[in-house]
Amino acid sequence: MQYSAFQIFKQTLRGHVGWKPTWRSPDPKPQYDYIIVGGGGHGLATAYYLAKKYHGVNIAVFEKGWLGGGNVGRNTTIIRSNYLLDANEPFYEYSMKLWEGLEQELNYNAMISQRGIINLFHTDPQRDAFVRRGNAMRLHGADAVLLSQEALRKKCPFLNFDNARFPVLGGLWQPRGGTARHDAVAWGYARGADQHGVDIIQNCEVTGFLIRDGVCTGVETTRGQIRAKKIGVAVAGSSSRVMAKAGMRLPIESHVLQAFVSEGLKPIIPGVITFGAGHFYVSQSNKGGLVFGGDIDGYNTYAQRGNLPVVEDVCEGGVALMPMIGRARLLRMWGGCVDMSMDGSPIIDKTHIEGLYFNGGWCYGGFKATPASGVAFAHLLATDAPHDTAKAYRFDRFSRGFLIDEKGVGAQPNLH
Amino acid sequence: MIIIHPLLGPRDAQEFTYLGDASLIHRPDPEADNVAGTFYEYLYQRDNIAGEHRELWFHEQGDRSWLVIKRNTLTHDILSVELASDVARREGRSK
Ligand SMILES: Cc1cc2nc3c(=O)[nH]c(=O)nc-3n(C[C@H](O)[C@H](O)[C@H](O)COP(=O)(O)OP(=O)(O)OC[C@H]3O[C@@H](n4cnc5c(N)ncnc54)[C@H](O)[C@@H]3O)c2cc1C
Repeated sequence: MQYSAFQIFKQTLRGHVGWKPTWRSPDPKPQYDYIIVGGGGHGLATAYYLAKKYHGVNIAVFEKGWLGGGNVGRNTTIIRSNYLLDANEPFYEYSMKLWEGLEQELNYNAMISQRGIINLFHTDPQRDAFVRRGNAMRLHGADAVLLSQEALRKKCPFLNFDNARFPVLGGLWQPRGGTARHDAVAWGYARGADQHGVDIIQNCEVTGFLIRDGVCTGVETTRGQIRAKKIGVAVAGSSSRVMAKAGMRLPIESHVLQAFVSEGLKPIIPGVITFGAGHFYVSQSNKGGLVFGGDIDGYNTYAQRGNLPVVEDVCEGGVALMPMIGRARLLRMWGGCVDMSMDGSPIIDKTHIEGLYFNGGWCYGGFKATPASGVAFAHLLATDAPHDTAKAYRFDRFSRGFLIDEKGVGAQPNLH
Repeated sequence: MIIIHPLLGPRDAQEFTYLGDASLIHRPDPEADNVAGTFYEYLYQRDNIAGEHRELWFHEQGDRSWLVIKRNTLTHDILSVELASDVARREGRSK
């Protein structure tokens, strides 16, 4: 069913009894051409682009819980392409362009809002580094504007510019950055994939792989064995757990990142503001809640919840930067299990097992990558060659010494 | 999380810095053959266990001792705490 204003009108006249489920819930077939493990943003986007581009193939997505229950429904919804390195910027800018056409592509309202993102700087050397990053972005076709303190004061008069430890000197602004409604992205891709014939199987965990003589020919699931020619794994925080079932160890640790939402307030925060030095970033949702977060808790965990010291740290950072929010009440907080790769950059690659492919290591920044990751993983699965924008995201970069060290992040950045 | 320090008793986890898997105690021999391979494994590859995980914590804002903690990564329950020096000696490291 095509969604449109006319459709709403028509369904209203019929008392809203004509709406159909957004996707089917079929029983799994015994065999597929492609199986995608993990029904998060990346798995669903991969299935969508595979089905759309390579007609007539049989595809299934297996999700152990429900769609949107993982990080795709837990993130703070920021989309941006403000990276420095050649290995990253073309990929994230490609993703940004896909975001810009996504709602038309999917015929689904993902509430994409290019309200801009500002990274604050506090010292002259940091400004110089941001100038360099802005130039790198522009060389790759992205947009970047350096805001002086004066320009920033006009946009965000409420910032604590004279903070004693981190005076705010200005910011790097990407006007095309912004936010998207996170679970609408999962639902939109799921609907699009379903319309192209993809079987989405929820509540079905992949518990093992059928591997013989170095070839993977299918998966074990809680609903029995399913065979496939190619299997792509995109399970984010569960990457090590799932790939261990294929006998693999990964350059990944699973950590928790927490997120917070305040009570609804009148519009006050003009876009996304990041205060990296103080472990705090914030935007304001369309309902008025401040959506904010900070750093990972910093220890291995799969619990999808964090501890209070980081709550305190994030709130301190927020109040230091914007004293006015000190009285806002916190409504909700939660955590997501993030796949921290050792250099902070992702992996989209074949494994040494034929027929088994991996997509992961997205850390706390994979939401913005969802569209490009889907295209790139679909391309790799279909053609056995890396997508042009994702050539550097290989497993062997760690053993070869070609780390993609965007800015000293990863599981143990040892920044402090 | 409260860590029962073997010498200092219950301490808030906030006082500690985390390093990761306790196997990091065993740095590979830099003189051995295939050091590129062994150091690659040591530096980058992790078991990343869901369940009982042995890991290194540094009491940075306390007595600056290294601890080996066994902790359940699914529940955050702390199951045992030992001085890393004791563990290292027991596992054959000389210092
Ligand atoms: C609090 C928080 C804030 C974040 N903020 C941002 C942000 O502002 N911007 C940004 O770009 N990124 C952000 N991220 C990161 C981003 O959310 C993730 O990198 C991205 O969503 C990961 O990809 P995914 O959507 O495919 O993951 P998920 O949604 O986690 O999908 C993986 C799926 O695999 C399933 N699965 C696991 N094991 C199995 C199995 N054995 N069988 C079948 N299915 C399985 C899981 O149930 C899950 O649904 C944030 C993350 C968190 C936690």
